[in-house]
Amino acid sequence: MRKPALGVAALATLAITATACGGGQSAAPSAAPTASTGATASAGQGGGKLVIWADPNRVKALKPFTEQFGTENGVTVEVKEISKDNQVTFLTASQQGSGPDIMIGAHDWIGNLVQNGAIDPVNLTEEQKAAFSEIALKAVTFGGQVYGAPYAVENIALIRNTDLAPDAPATIEDLVAKGAELKKAGKVKEVLCLPVGQKGDAFHSYPIFASGGGALFGATSTGDPDPKKVLVGAPESVKAFEKLKSLGEKGEAALKTSITNENYIPSFASKKCAFLVSGPWAMGEVKKAGFGYDITPVPPFKDGKPATPFVGVQTFFVAAKGQNKTLAQEFVTNYVTNKDVAKALYEADPRPPALTAALTEAEAADPDAGKFMAAGKDGFPMPAIPEMAAIWEPFGIAEAAVVKGGDAAKAAEAAQKAIDGSLKN
Amino acid sequence: MVADVRESAVAEQAPRPRREITTGFVVSRIAVLAVAGAILLYAVPPLVAAGAWASLALLGVVSAVICYLYLTRRFVPAKYLIPGTVFLIAFQVFPVLYTVSTAFTNFGDGHRGDKQAAVTAIETGSVRQAPGSPEYALTAALRDGNLVFLLVDPKTKQVQAGTGQGLSPVTGAQVGITGKVVRAPGYTVLKAPEAAARAKDIAALSVPTPGGLIKANGLSRAVEGRAALTYDAACDCVKGEGDTWTADETRGYFVNAKGEHLAQGWQVNVGLDNFTRVLTNPTISGYFFGVFAWNLGFAVASVATTFALGVAVALALHHPRMRGTRAYRIVLVLPYAMPAFAMLLVWRDMFNRDFGLINQLFGLEVDWMGDPVTARFAVILVNLWLGFPYMFLVTTGALQAIPRELTEAASIDGATPWQGFGKVTMPLLLVALTPLLISSFAFNFNNFNAIALTSEGGPFPAENPQVGATDLLITYTFRLAFGAGGAQFGFAAAISVFIFAIVAVISAVAFRRTRKQEEVYA
Repeated sequence: MRKPALGVAALATLAITATACGGGQSAAPSAAPTASTGATASAGQGGGKLVIWADPNRVKALKPFTEQFGTENGVTVEVKEISKDNQVTFLTASQQGSGPDIMIGAHDWIGNLVQNGAIDPVNLTEEQKAAFSEIALKAVTFGGQVYGAPYAVENIALIRNTDLAPDAPATIEDLVAKGAELKKAGKVKEVLCLPVGQKGDAFHSYPIFASGGGALFGATSTGDPDPKKVLVGAPESVKAFEKLKSLGEKGEAALKTSITNENYIPSFASKKCAFLVSGPWAMGEVKKAGFGYDITPVPPFKDGKPATPFVGVQTFFVAAKGQNKTLAQEFVTNYVTNKDVAKALYEADPRPPALTAALTEAEAADPDAGKFMAAGKDGFPMPAIPEMAAIWEPFGIAEAAVVKGGDAAKAAEAAQKAIDGSLKN
Repeated sequence: MVADVRESAVAEQAPRPRREITTGFVVSRIAVLAVAGAILLYAVPPLVAAGAWASLALLGVVSAVICYLYLTRRFVPAKYLIPGTVFLIAFQVFPVLYTVSTAFTNFGDGHRGDKQAAVTAIETGSVRQAPGSPEYALTAALRDGNLVFLLVDPKTKQVQAGTGQGLSPVTGAQVGITGKVVRAPGYTVLKAPEAAARAKDIAALSVPTPGGLIKANGLSRAVEGRAALTYDAACDCVKGEGDTWTADETRGYFVNAKGEHLAQGWQVNVGLDNFTRVLTNPTISGYFFGVFAWNLGFAVASVATTFALGVAVALALHHPRMRGTRAYRIVLVLPYAMPAFAMLLVWRDMFNRDFGLINQLFGLEVDWMGDPVTARFAVILVNLWLGFPYMFLVTTGALQAIPRELTEAASIDGATPWQGFGKVTMPLLLVALTPLLISSFAFNFNNFNAIALTSEGGPFPAENPQVGATDLLITYTFRLAFGAGGAQFGFAAAISVFIFAIVAVISAVAFRRTRKQEEVYA
């Protein structure tokens, strides 16, 4: 009995020794300042290397151009795929000195990236600026400075199944009437596919909210959104919430919390509804569904204000803490502003190009791009101020509450209070 | 090092013949220490480059101690204790200390870096092109080995040389079609790759002009700009645009007379501010007890239901007359084997009122996630499905250790099966499983995923968008710390300190009670 027990003990010692020496050593340096390790690891790079971080869709499309840029300038260009929490990953990596030289992201990050000193302004010539659509340039301008080169503009529009609804509705009332008629006839299950979910969806419902007269922020003297004047609880916004309520579950049942970001596009593609409010990212699935479709602006209420959608602009940023700023500036100012690059990015992921010339060509090949652009023509660039982060959730929850039939005034007031609380207004 | 091993191996053989030193033993020991040495060497260069001498010394000492420890025959208890201690320090003590220290700062969006970084960001962010200045075409060149900007005004085609001293005219330069200088007497024009290789020098060179500074913008353009805001160390303030912002070291911002601050801030020590904010914030204190009560209920219900179902299934399969137990076991462990993230999302969609499987299957019209009661029921149900296989597995293991003679003896003495279970099996099971139940409780108390991926804390009442019916303390505070004002790591750290205290107290009380129970049954 004694001998085998000792053998087991010896074996166990060995096993523990193995883990101790192997693991112990690796653990010790990780307990030491990790930040400094990260910094030096990247300090070694620099030299003739340009690092670009992009989301998966764009990595492939960028390759030919980055290679061309690399050979022209005798540098190696690395395009790294980042697929999750891109903004946070970029901020954290930048802070540690292991971030990229160029980052690709949405323009509404600008406010947060600027307050964290993570990006530098980009200097475009007048000629280059003129080549972009007005709204794209407006979106990347923050505090009077241009903070990146825009390359794609995206906004939501009304996509409708022309087999079921041949005519574009002129007002929301028309849309709801047509949807209800189709539903009654058993041709569709839902009046409208617009995601609400249990927590609301400010992005998709904003056009209707705006048409109802609602607003998020007042304007500063320069016309930028003013975070000191939150208007979510203002009387006009309460009226807009009332209108959302009338479209909600206790009213027309056009807006429902059961329609979510996950199911709204598949529902439209499987003909469960004739109208979809979505953006260019839905087109892949819509085209596959194989019915006739058309893209028109989201209609306003009868006698209402215009139903302005949010406009998001995909942008190339120059990282402030990049190792190779000169090359990054060269790439962003002279390559991203190139029509061919914009077209290649469009083909990889069909979002309307920000360069007017590239848009014209994309439009000729695929009219959808132009239709989306037209739908967003009078759109509202998503506020890039960092304070916008405080809006999304309270606004969404207020929206979901009124859609479920809750009191609009109470919901708007509560949202206003929550937003003011977190902005310390 | 190798010599040491051989020595110790030889030495070990003589006085202790009962422990056999095989070749494999020696080889594996050498291999393990060699790997350790390799990892050590791997960590040295970055530490040296960063000048982190203290860390380097620590690393050296720790490695030396570990290697010495496992090469000598002495200190046998330490050989067992060191690995656990190292892991404990690296993965428990260090993160806890780091979290606590973060709780005293304002680390978060707008306050990520130090003051120097904030000043740099403010200055570079305020550089504007001098009005009316030309868009120079830039050619990098060398004169006597020094970097020079050859600047061409696209309108006048006039060529100037820019150095750190200023601008000077260049005569006889030849300008190409692209607007760049092709040749200039006295200068060596750099080709694109040569210029790219000097990208850092190009970025560093600024040419002073009466109106500001000319800096390169990429490799082919240069812009005359001026920083609208400049930092003045004398008054510790930022001046410009007709205003002055003075550094406020308590807030980590540059603040002007009107109380407005510049966007870029820096990390400062805020003392107990984050903690007082947790205690005095009306949205936190006002709803704390409601959320805490549900949080407690959720954790208790999760543990109780998973344990009950797990034990029931394990007992059924433990019965000697049960057939096909292996097949059942495989099926039962499936939920445990599948990724919880994906399963939680699938369950969320199954609970959808109009499109979900559950309502369609039973012909219901229940808005599961839209009503507080059903939402709470739904999240506990999902957690039961995810959690019971674990309880089933540990109970099955514990049941094997309870001799069947005990229950047989009980039944011979006239106990009903229920009595046998309640008086014999269950107490013995609990002795083994109570620590696991406590850890399961602590885990479910902070089960962020189970809520965030299913109900997202909702449903929310119309009059309060901040506290949902299924919010746990962790999801609720996550929303406060990261939802509204960007990331506020300092505040989040303070909240986790509080949650840590709550869970620690509950667990400590539970463990005390278990010890008493063990004394009774052991």
